[in-house]
Amino acid sequence: MGASPDVSTTLAGLELSAPVLAASGTFGSGREAAELVDLSALGGVIVKSMTLAPWKGKATPRMCETPSGMLNAIGIQNKGVDHFIAEELPWLRKQDVTVIASIAGNTVEEFVQVARKLRTGGRGVAAIEINISCPNLEDRDNMFAHAPGPAAAVVAGVRKSIPKLPLFPKLSPNVTSIAEIAGAVLEAGADGLSLINTVFGMSIDVETRRPQLAGGVGGLSGPAIRPIAVRAVHEVHTAFPEVPIIGQGGVASADDALEMLVAGASAIAVGTANFVNPRSIPEIIEGLRAYMRARGIDSLQGIIGSLKHHD
Amino acid sequence: MMRMSSGEILSHKKYGDAFHSLTIVAPDIGERVVPGQFINIRCGRDRSFILRRPFSVYRVHKRGGWASTIEIVFDLRGPGTRYLSELRSHSIVDLMGPLGRGFTLPKNRAHCLLVGGGIGAAPLFFLADELRNDGHRVDVILGARSSRLLLNPIDVRRLASVYRITTDDGSAGEKGRVTDALSEMIDRCESDVVYTCGPHPMLAAVAGVCVDKKAPVQVAVEELMGCGFGVCMTCVIPVRPGKSRRGNAAEISYQRSCTDGPVFNGASVVWDAATDIVSSGQSELSPGGTPARQGVVVDSTGEHAPPGN
Repeated sequence: MGASPDVSTTLAGLELSAPVLAASGTFGSGREAAELVDLSALGGVIVKSMTLAPWKGKATPRMCETPSGMLNAIGIQNKGVDHFIAEELPWLRKQDVTVIASIAGNTVEEFVQVARKLRTGGRGVAAIEINISCPNLEDRDNMFAHAPGPAAAVVAGVRKSIPKLPLFPKLSPNVTSIAEIAGAVLEAGADGLSLINTVFGMSIDVETRRPQLAGGVGGLSGPAIRPIAVRAVHEVHTAFPEVPIIGQGGVASADDALEMLVAGASAIAVGTANFVNPRSIPEIIEGLRAYMRARGIDSLQGIIGSLKHHD
Repeated sequence: MMRMSSGEILSHKKYGDAFHSLTIVAPDIGERVVPGQFINIRCGRDRSFILRRPFSVYRVHKRGGWASTIEIVFDLRGPGTRYLSELRSHSIVDLMGPLGRGFTLPKNRAHCLLVGGGIGAAPLFFLADELRNDGHRVDVILGARSSRLLLNPIDVRRLASVYRITTDDGSAGEKGRVTDALSEMIDRCESDVVYTCGPHPMLAAVAGVCVDKKAPVQVAVEELMGCGFGVCMTCVIPVRPGKSRRGNAAEISYQRSCTDGPVFNGASVVWDAATDIVSSGQSELSPGGTPARQGVVVDSTGEHAPPGN
């Protein structure tokens, strides 16, 4: 056996020892899962989105299972950025794991204030994912992520507050042109992109004729959405080949992760699969190594964006 | 790492015509699990339905030929339980657990009243065994919609000093609900504590009676779960954690059934703010597996989703 293939990757200057991260909202702050999986075996943890004040979340039922996936409408239940800084981050700093903070808000100003708090109190945070799939109170609750202007306004505000850390806005697939939104947030100062957030969906109980979710509609995740995510990564990578992408959406195996890499992602985040198997991420990383070893590939750079086209 | 293991099926049997039972060799879980905790089972590798199914532990066998085995019971209500119902001896299952916070047992010798509804009564059998081992007195009210949905009533006669059986349709025991018998049983048995598990409306009603009678009540809730280990925030219930010293009601918070529960102080759960409808098709995603709408007619399997199976 030769040396173990190099699975390290770089995201806008952020070095990761392995390219597979835990997706936001599927790993808590990392502490919950630490009993089930060795955090140092992960490429990193994108923690649950945090907001300026605590958010209680939506009414239940918040989740239902759907073919090859699940729908959720949780409502970003979280204890707020102050709690994260005081209670979660000190613990995370002691772990051997890269921490990406996910931030959310209902106004540009809320995003900016969360970002400011992380700039002053967020030692140990390596990058910021900006969850712009939030209703914008100042725009009739339309999602920031669904139009270039509001999406860019959030990113520009956060950019001003956090000049140094890499910023990764997480884009929604529920748009006409994801490349157009990508262009707008890059213009506003994003260093890279997280692609994709969940896909809008709905499921109805025919017995009660009510939606399965109290919130009516929700976000679809799991293997069901993987082709949508791969398409989005491909589309954005084609438009902006130099921009680092964290590909996410339905990845549950090494082959799934490879699809993302070939389409142009520089790293992958695993979400729903963590619920089923909290050790998915180390298993996927091992699977990537096995793939590379079997094909004599030394480095991930030989895979990222290596899509071939039909003649 | 803790809490992820595989187990071998030792036996698969049926209780009556409604309930399946799997006895699983799982020493890691059997040695540590306490009543009210649950396990989360991966039901095959089929990607058409992906989530684990949670089951409260029905029995733990600590001695004899079946030592270090755990037993779960379930009825058929979706692709996960169908998968489990097809397992035979020596099949291997992927387990996570024990999970959650179980019942708190009394410190001093106590009269304990156990109130179970439908298959939600499952964890109360394990609890009854432990309570009796510790020298506590056990009394039981067991209820269901009809006689075929009563979980192991024969064993209740063995376990309980005093017991009552109720069915909604009167096909066994007394016609009515468990709560019809509750107040009288608390008085008659001089109950120091009430333990209950079952569908959400039943828990709300039981907790209401207990609060009125100032009887401590521990409820094991059955909420839909996504992950079972505290990260997905699906299985939350509204809890008001006691009054503050100034007498102001503390603020309601959504707590996770999987890690903060599934056992809660029944007096702290905000029942009127909690959901009263859980869809029939998803009910196998809760640890007792009981649809949270006792008294509403659902079809016998309760199975509509996920499609594609």
